[in-house]
Amino acid sequence: MIDERIAFLFFATIALAGAVNVVVRRNPVHGALWLVASFLGVAGLFLTLGAGLLAAIQVMVYAGAIMVLFLFVILLLNLEAPPFEGLSLARGASLLAAIATAALLVWPFVRDPELKHAATPQVDLPATAGNVAGLLFTKYALPFEIVSLLLLVAMVGAIHVARRPRRDEPA
Amino acid sequence: MVPQNWYLLLSALLFGLGIVGFVSRRNSLVMFMSVELMLNAANLVFVACARGHEPVRGSVAALFVIAVAAAEVAVGLALVLALFRLKKSVNADDAQELRA
Repeated sequence: MIDERIAFLFFATIALAGAVNVVVRRNPVHGALWLVASFLGVAGLFLTLGAGLLAAIQVMVYAGAIMVLFLFVILLLNLEAPPFEGLSLARGASLLAAIATAALLVWPFVRDPELKHAATPQVDLPATAGNVAGLLFTKYALPFEIVSLLLLVAMVGAIHVARRPRRDEPA
Repeated sequence: MVPQNWYLLLSALLFGLGIVGFVSRRNSLVMFMSVELMLNAANLVFVACARGHEPVRGSVAALFVIAVAAAEVAVGLALVLALFRLKKSVNADDAQELRA
């Protein structure tokens, strides 16, 4: 199918361009907006993979809620445009580390031709909202509850950490 | 049908970009965004690898990752706010009191 290939290239380009600009842009507001582009590209890739529910959640939670949080904090801090951070040893080392990690992730597919040409078998249970919910609320009910508890703890912790200290207590 | 390794290659690239951003940038907000990039790349691997076997489980795993990422962002941004209140800066190099 040539259509899926075109869709893949289109969304992959968006995701990669967004990711590059997140790293490169000096102004964090620009970085956050490019991050939205990257998230939307990955959401499109989820669609081409047949995970429509996940694509919708990606757009709502990542591109919506999380990015709004980022932008709120950036606006709240009211930062001036930062100067160029400069080229350093750490930057060169980070580039090397990233290339090494990416190569390590890709290496099995280069080495093992059987894995490289692995055919994708067809499955009869697609990742629709109903099927995902059926698994999430039966087999994975306990992890689901634990994650909801984690979100509650994170919310309480975030409020406590970000709260302005009272006058009678040390900062 | 797009081969699975295209997706794996793409997510390796996204993950590598996330590493570059996290290690080389000193603005803690951008560092958090890079962590989000890496988590997103991991999600892509979950869904791409599950496609041929059990797509439903891949989606469930990715859902858990998204929930954990949301919790991480909430706490992390609260820490950035607290750091800014203390140091008037979001530069990670300005908080080095624990350095020996």
